[in-house]
Amino acid sequence: MSEGQQNPAEARKNGTRLRNGRWAGYRHLLASRMKELRREPEVVFWVFGFPLLLALGLGIAFRNKPADVSSAAVVGLRSQEIMSLLGQSPQRASIHAEVVDRETAAKGLRLGKYELAVEDDGKRGIRYFYDPGRPESVLARSQVDHALQTAAGRQDPFSTVDVAVSEPGSRYIDFLIPGLIGMNVMNAAMWGIGFALVDMRQRKLLKRFVATPMRRSDFLLALASSRLILMTVEVGMLLGFGALVFQMRVLGSIATILLIGAIGALGFAGLGLLTASRAQKIESVSGLINLVMMPMWIFSGVFFSYERFPAAIQPFIKALPLTALNDALRATILEGATLGAQSGRLLILALWGGISFVLAVKWFRWT
Amino acid sequence: MAAAIQCRDLRKTYDGKVEAVRGLSLEIQAGECFGLLGPNGAGKTTTIEILEGLLEPTSGEVTILGRTWKDNSRELREWLGISLQETRLSEKLTVRETIELFASFYSEPRSSDEVLEELQLEEKADAWVGKLSGGQRQRLAVATALVGNPKVLFLDEPTTGLDPQSRRQLWDIVCGFQRNGGTVLLTTHYMDEAERLCDRLAIIDHGQVIAEGTPPDLIDRLGGHNVVEFEASGDASDGAALEHWRALPSVESVRNDDGLVCLNVREPHLTIPALLEAVQKRGSQLQHLTTRQASLEDVFVRLTGRHLREQ
Repeated sequence: MSEGQQNPAEARKNGTRLRNGRWAGYRHLLASRMKELRREPEVVFWVFGFPLLLALGLGIAFRNKPADVSSAAVVGLRSQEIMSLLGQSPQRASIHAEVVDRETAAKGLRLGKYELAVEDDGKRGIRYFYDPGRPESVLARSQVDHALQTAAGRQDPFSTVDVAVSEPGSRYIDFLIPGLIGMNVMNAAMWGIGFALVDMRQRKLLKRFVATPMRRSDFLLALASSRLILMTVEVGMLLGFGALVFQMRVLGSIATILLIGAIGALGFAGLGLLTASRAQKIESVSGLINLVMMPMWIFSGVFFSYERFPAAIQPFIKALPLTALNDALRATILEGATLGAQSGRLLILALWGGISFVLAVKWFRWT
Repeated sequence: MAAAIQCRDLRKTYDGKVEAVRGLSLEIQAGECFGLLGPNGAGKTTTIEILEGLLEPTSGEVTILGRTWKDNSRELREWLGISLQETRLSEKLTVRETIELFASFYSEPRSSDEVLEELQLEEKADAWVGKLSGGQRQRLAVATALVGNPKVLFLDEPTTGLDPQSRRQLWDIVCGFQRNGGTVLLTTHYMDEAERLCDRLAIIDHGQVIAEGTPPDLIDRLGGHNVVEFEASGDASDGAALEHWRALPSVESVRNDDGLVCLNVREPHLTIPALLEAVQKRGSQLQHLTTRQASLEDVFVRLTGRHLREQ
């Protein structure tokens, strides 16, 4: 027992005690939450590293490649003449040709090594062997034919100029990044709120907190605030990543994007709170969270457009919160749509969040 | 002086079936250290959590420092320090951060440094909670209860699972709090803890108070401060033999504890010579004989026929 300790009653009287302001609890709860997250390497990976890796991987896999180089096998007696004609043609850069025997050519065609086989035995003219069902082969046939004809002296009656339209804004990565942002906002809010709450309930920490004068609203507010802070960082990171690595263009204002992200994060936080309102074990809440999120991973247009689903279920898809969030993010980021134009989608998000929150507060078990 | 904690006819029924608390009444004075003693499942935790305002009783009344949970819960929360039976505090926060977090909930907390010093946690102040030993964690749990500068401290099995040294450290902390005018209510299933710490106790079994008083009082009521235990060859512990031992001089009560005969005795110097003679007369041999001071364990066994630690 320390000598310096005062009688509690005496201490109250002489007023030497510390005094906490109205928001001290909220500030400490928020600071503690942020510290805990920062000290948890898995959280840092799943929240920040994983979405970036996903964007990088998918962005590379589905990048718009420059028009493919056609590969052709050249066979027959006059192979050398064909090769030299191809070598002289203006299209030589887009054709890769090599002289092989008939057998190698047939095998290469089967395996997809060659898109086209060209044969000239000097009797029947040039013959093209290819599968008309393969677009690459059709392309190769016309490229090679065009190259040979031009090299042999054919004149084009019109002069033409090619203009590339694979500009930022219409590529797969442009579609993907807003979807990933939406999905990440959902994942992080559902796990960051739902899982965290049940974990605290299981550890009896929630009960311990409500055994103090802590305001329950401060506690929930601090949780929501930590989500908003992380959301800002996540969105900024994914957008910055898209801009730096894939030269993605962001047409809408950053403030609008963040505001949509915030409404999304709060909406899903409400849903996360509802998922966590009664569960006593983290195993059961994990299942619930996945159950809630799974339809949205599939239907809400994260990786591909939901327009591919039958028209009959489109209204259902559009009512999902993640669909609303993804659509709002895409419209803002890719088309520069204003906040006002998104009111319907934001209303869907707010309704999901608001109704979940009201139910959650009603059912929530602190102990 | 008014009672610090008072409850009348508390009942708690879970799911309409399990009756955890069945008409329990207590009155704990300010400045007192009061213990709820009982085996696991006796209803101690349910009782203390009702008093702490964490559980709603099915019926009955609770008054703490003259206030009720219904009307003054915010005020009461400021006045109470609570340590639950098992709380796993966040492992990735440091000891100091944890104490400061709890301090921030109270309008007039104590300084964290002072509490760290008092609970001998200064050395661990910057260590993560996850790295603490069991005793240190338990001290931290009590620190989070003390940092609010409470008038009443509730401790639910504060030393369960701790090593002897950690237990004594915690006892010192509880005594210190009480010396400074605080009121303590604790639950325990350790006799020595109850005898050492508590001014008064209630022994609880099956959700009811089966005895209440100061430790010496309770032992007195047992009738005999001394216990003579012996084992003898033959049928020394069967019913007829027990009657025989009961008739020996100065014996207050007798029971068979798994082959061991236990006599509650007022004056051993009268009982023992008579006992030796009686054993000899029966033609049996003593295999074992001890005398000791009666403890609360004896009180409990006497009242319930069971040991505290068994279920």
